[in-house]
Amino acid sequence: MVELTIDGIKTNAPEGTTVLEVATEMGIVIPTLCYHPGLSPYGACRVCIVEVVKDNRSSLEASCTLPVEPRQVILTNSEKVRKARKLIIELLLSSCPNSKTLQDMAANMGINRVRFKVKDRGCILCGLCVRYCKEQMKSGGIGFVGRGTSRRVATAFDVTPEECRNCGGCEWICPVCERACTAGNLIDGLCGGCQNLIPVETCPVCTGCSESVGPQGHRVYQ
Amino acid sequence: MKKLRTPVELRQLRATILSQRDPEKACISICCGTGCRAYGAEDVAKALKNQIRRQGLSKQVQLKVTGCHGFCEHGPLLVVYPGRIFYQRVTPNDAAEIISETVLNGNIVDRLLYVDPTSGEKTHFEGDVPFYKRQRRLIFGSNGLIDPTDIKDYFAIDGYSAVSKVLFEMQPEEAIAEIRKSGLRGRGGGGFPAATKWESCRKAPSFDGTRYVICNADEGDPGAYMDRSLLEGNPHSVIEGMIIGAYAIGSHNGYVYVRHEYPLAVTNLSIALEQAREYGLLGQDILGSGFDFDIKISRGGGAFICGESTALMASLEGKIGEPRPKHIHTVVSGLNGRPSNLNNVETWANVPLIINRGADWYSEIGTEGSKGTKIFSLVGKINNTGLIEVPMGITLREIIYDIGGGIPNDRRFKAVQTGGPSGGCIPESLIDLPVDFDKLTEAGSMMGSGGMIVMDEDTCMVDIARYFVKFLTEESCGKCVPCREGLDRMLDILTDITEGRGKEEDIELLEELGWIIKETSLCALGGTAPNPVLSTIRYFRDEYEAHIRGKRCPAGVCKALITFIINEEKCTGCGVCARECPQGAISGKKKEPYNINQEKCIKCGVCRDNCKFEAITVS
Repeated sequence: MVELTIDGIKTNAPEGTTVLEVATEMGIVIPTLCYHPGLSPYGACRVCIVEVVKDNRSSLEASCTLPVEPRQVILTNSEKVRKARKLIIELLLSSCPNSKTLQDMAANMGINRVRFKVKDRGCILCGLCVRYCKEQMKSGGIGFVGRGTSRRVATAFDVTPEECRNCGGCEWICPVCERACTAGNLIDGLCGGCQNLIPVETCPVCTGCSESVGPQGHRVYQ
Repeated sequence: MKKLRTPVELRQLRATILSQRDPEKACISICCGTGCRAYGAEDVAKALKNQIRRQGLSKQVQLKVTGCHGFCEHGPLLVVYPGRIFYQRVTPNDAAEIISETVLNGNIVDRLLYVDPTSGEKTHFEGDVPFYKRQRRLIFGSNGLIDPTDIKDYFAIDGYSAVSKVLFEMQPEEAIAEIRKSGLRGRGGGGFPAATKWESCRKAPSFDGTRYVICNADEGDPGAYMDRSLLEGNPHSVIEGMIIGAYAIGSHNGYVYVRHEYPLAVTNLSIALEQAREYGLLGQDILGSGFDFDIKISRGGGAFICGESTALMASLEGKIGEPRPKHIHTVVSGLNGRPSNLNNVETWANVPLIINRGADWYSEIGTEGSKGTKIFSLVGKINNTGLIEVPMGITLREIIYDIGGGIPNDRRFKAVQTGGPSGGCIPESLIDLPVDFDKLTEAGSMMGSGGMIVMDEDTCMVDIARYFVKFLTEESCGKCVPCREGLDRMLDILTDITEGRGKEEDIELLEELGWIIKETSLCALGGTAPNPVLSTIRYFRDEYEAHIRGKRCPAGVCKALITFIINEEKCTGCGVCARECPQGAISGKKKEPYNINQEKCIKCGVCRDNCKFEAITVS
């Protein structure tokens, strides 16, 4: 067992577990996108970053791939973490504005403007579908093609391969396909629709954990 | 060919080779490195060979085709031994004269000598050329002495004696201790202590005992070619370093991951590996010591990211070359899940030197935290383009003015970009900065693999930052969000600024983006990618502001922000500009000042380049 401290709480965890797993076990919520408990950790979206404090220095690490270490000190919701997470969501929104998952996250984190040029790629390249296809369906029918901004998920030579059993798992697990934002008209890369159409829930006791996102006040941080 | 079975046989072989060679015999060492080849060195070599044959001098004169000598600006280069007479910019037509005059009669061919541009003095000998004089060419100096395709040349300069010393006189731990004492740090960019890496790899558990030793020759920085030249010119020094490393670590399998775009390096390395095997220096029971080790070549497909350790190993395994999180280091679990030790070409080439001459001697060179010498490729707006090897701690001023010969056309030095695309720009105010790992990092740049791009006053720093970010955007693997999307948005903003669409908040946004890319990227490519932008903002903020607020480019580079104007007083009305203009934008009457039609002008600058009276200016 390894002893570590997350958000000021001392805890023990078996060697080999990740900080995200330990935090989730403790009831601490760290937002994730490319992580799924049934799939291997990938560390691509960087939404689950946490602050690792060591001596007088701190660094940001993706908690889904960060193994626990003795005497590790982790902050999951420090100012630095919140600032970085917001910027990452802002970047993701500018490349894939039509995902409800992302729009909800943006609303929860109090993002009220996307300052970057919106280039809708329709995909956040989280790799959930690729890993689901390979690891759960044992198929490997889809994979990544290309590099940098031309990277995309595709079948080999863009032909439906024999391995594909049409299970639809790739669509099911996709944070963009499955949960597309249907509001249609985006303002500054944000839809704002959900905030108005869905009843806004408010925490019984407001601790100011998230910034105000509209006239209705805070949303429950899910 | 008989395999060498003992260290004594190696010594005997060396003695035999040396006894067959007369140090007073005339020898022409011609540089056929990639730079000189581009200048036509192969034709010169062919012409020299023909001349030697035609004049019946095959017995008296030896022609040695070697790897890069370093002074690429003045190629093709050759040195005539035993006197070390140095000729530059040699053409095939000079071959006959070199043989008949210099080699046979000892006369110097005046027109082929190097002329110092500042003093106007002619230099006769290689060692007197200012470019070489200030260097300390411990590793690179051997390039001129050996034909990379002939292992005997390497034996002649004490080659493989370090391997024999390590295998028979040292325990693996002693070899690691020697490297630790020397203070050798990785030359590939990170500057990680080599001995620490070796030791971690040696101690890391491997379930079947397999450990790998890998040489990183995936050099991809724009303008950098020192690893290429070392592999092309002296592949045995790298192989020897790897054998020593493998013995120290306890590995029997080695790989050289080399770019497919370096065909000459691949060829020369393959030949060298084959020859080393023939002599029993690779394979089973090296020199009869009982130690087995062999090296395979793996050719990279030209992805910049594959220079990163985890991406390189993924590529070696046949997977997509993209990095993985490095919480478990590659020395513990790397290639095929086994402990793997990756070092750069130059690091490996340093190893035999340290073993042969001792850690104490080596650690006297350099500064407190950075020992030994470093090879830099000095390129850009500099008189003496080439590869230089200097002791750590030398100042930028010495590199640029004493070795590099200053800036061409009397322009002013503005900045030097070190460390490849992820390095930073160091301004003129820091020109006396000693060059070592720590000082460069403090200045917001890095040592990197050793690229050095010199810029003069005609270079726009915003445009430079845009160029490097564009390179990195294309080379990012695209796995993690900050690097893929962040760099792409950074490029958008920089393009906007250089095209006159910059907004007041852009600098702040660039700094914020730089922070997030640095802090949260998955690998070191993203972790250092914003350096060109952040360092130019740090040192040249005024240029960014001029672009954004004043909509002007102070260096006159960004096309959207400049106009070409004809100075009426200087224009003689010769009409050259009008003839050369591809757009037909310039008109006028002979012997009267001409005019540029700004609507037609595409700002290509052809008119300015062709005007003999400097009448065309940029505003």
